[in-house]
Amino acid sequence: MNQSPIKEFFTSCYKNVNFMIGFIMVLSVIVVAIFANQIAPYGYDAADPTSILLAPSGEHLFGTDNMGRDLFSRIVYGTRITLQVALIGAGLQLVIGVTLGLLSGYFGGPLDKGLTFLADLTYCIPGLIMALAVVTIIGSGLTNAIIAISIVNWASYTRMVRAKTMSIRNQAFIETGISFGESSRSIMFRYILPNIVPVIIVTVSMQLPGTIMSTTTLSFLGVGSMPPSPDWGLMVSESIDYIARGPWMCIFPGLALVYTVFGFNILGEGLRDLLDVRMKSQ
Amino acid sequence: MGEKLLKVENLCIDYKVKDGYLSAVNNVNFELRRGEILAIVGESGCGKSTVAHSLLQLLAGGNAKVTGKAIFNDRNLLELKRQEIEKVRGREIGMIFQNPLDSLNPVYTTGWQVAEGIELDGVSKEEAWKRVIELYKDVKMPDAESRAKSFPHELSGGMRQRVMIAMMLARRPELLIADEPTTALDVTIEAQILRIIKALRDDFDTAVMMITHNFGLVAEVADFVVVMYAGHVVETGTVFDIFDEPKHPYTSLLMKALPRIKKTEGRLQTIDGSVPRITGDFVGCRFANRCPYATEQCRTQEPPLVQVSGTHSYSCFREGGDK
Repeated sequence: MNQSPIKEFFTSCYKNVNFMIGFIMVLSVIVVAIFANQIAPYGYDAADPTSILLAPSGEHLFGTDNMGRDLFSRIVYGTRITLQVALIGAGLQLVIGVTLGLLSGYFGGPLDKGLTFLADLTYCIPGLIMALAVVTIIGSGLTNAIIAISIVNWASYTRMVRAKTMSIRNQAFIETGISFGESSRSIMFRYILPNIVPVIIVTVSMQLPGTIMSTTTLSFLGVGSMPPSPDWGLMVSESIDYIARGPWMCIFPGLALVYTVFGFNILGEGLRDLLDVRMKSQ
Repeated sequence: MGEKLLKVENLCIDYKVKDGYLSAVNNVNFELRRGEILAIVGESGCGKSTVAHSLLQLLAGGNAKVTGKAIFNDRNLLELKRQEIEKVRGREIGMIFQNPLDSLNPVYTTGWQVAEGIELDGVSKEEAWKRVIELYKDVKMPDAESRAKSFPHELSGGMRQRVMIAMMLARRPELLIADEPTTALDVTIEAQILRIIKALRDDFDTAVMMITHNFGLVAEVADFVVVMYAGHVVETGTVFDIFDEPKHPYTSLLMKALPRIKKTEGRLQTIDGSVPRITGDFVGCRFANRCPYATEQCRTQEPPLVQVSGTHSYSCFREGGDK
């Protein structure tokens, strides 16, 4: 009784190698994004026609691109875009997925049938193709790309939240709440939601790498971020023509992406071990 | 004897099942006055809890068909709309459930949960918290202040049931429905909980509807008793009517199944068989298949309602119960 569950949780965090490594990696990305102005030696769109396609050196750590922009600086500024994608994307998917999942699981009946059908339908369509279709309709740009990815991804949240809601809504304390005069809305958001937060956190951390990857892919395909944005996907796509003369142009943004996605991935893995009771007991 | 608070008339509840309708509750009538403790007694599967849940429209949606009336303060509870019944729940009728161990939200402190209910009535946070501490003292919670800040998993079963009672009393309901409130608890805690319920009745004039299968508990607290079997009320009366002169064979058999201190009857008696599943057209007495006195008449005709006195009635062909 003395050791609070929260403290206990943090103690077990230290012991989880996956979680700690992932946490440090993601934290480093966040720190770089916050202090981008201090870390980056040049501006992300500071073109210098005299230093085009320079190999990595002391002056330009990762070299320069075809317009003479410092790649290191661009990658540093790119972390902001990546994190923005992660935050907004996860936020959007959460809001859509959790709300629909709660409604579907709590009320059941025709509403549930309809939403489940819709979720299954979105599952059937290959994600990227659907995202491209959505972007074609609502127009390109980073924000629209994020929206498109969210429209593709909401279903996995809804499914997860729906399943959890259904199992919790039959527990005795929900009945207590109802017989206490609580409205359906407050049952959903004050009784059920807090009880499925661990599941939601795990789902978010498992979905984040995918969200980042897909949005980057859209940028790579030219329907996401627009030049001169230092989006990593866009940088890789800009490097295609110069791949023989300046391979660093595509290697470094690619590595940055791998680093970030890998960090989120093992952070998610670690979180799942820590939070998902079912996995823990195995 | 206080004014009439709840009057249940011809309450029938049928569950839709694969092969038609399952009659869970049939033609139940009873009344409850302010400050009165009514016990509904019967085995598992007799429809006791179904009756209680139906009053607050808590039956699993869709497949239960409820007919009849439940007049509470001049309103028929069974016909109230969703928003209206939400206001009745907790505010006018509180309900304590069987299993205190799972009946509290695991992610909030117990005090917070009780306070939340009080805040539904538009009371400020500090005021609500003060009320919580008072309530905890009312239900004899040891160390009220720190228990209010505990999470449910940090409390024992008895304490959690006290929290439940505090929660349901928080809004001063006129009627408290206790659905087997002590089943999951041990005997010493049971006695304490019963004392609390009785004290609350005395202090606040709350009517209590107690659902139980334990006749010992009935003798302890109840004023009136409704004995149910397979969805039928087989006998009603004051606690003295029922204990001194049980008329229906089921009542007497249930009482024989009570553990006693004197070992005069050897082993504890049991009633053979189990409650039948009543579907479709059922004729005759529902207890006939287990009744030691059943005759041909019992299997073909519905037993009549016999009025013994103003308060005591039963439905059986036999006279004089078990004797």
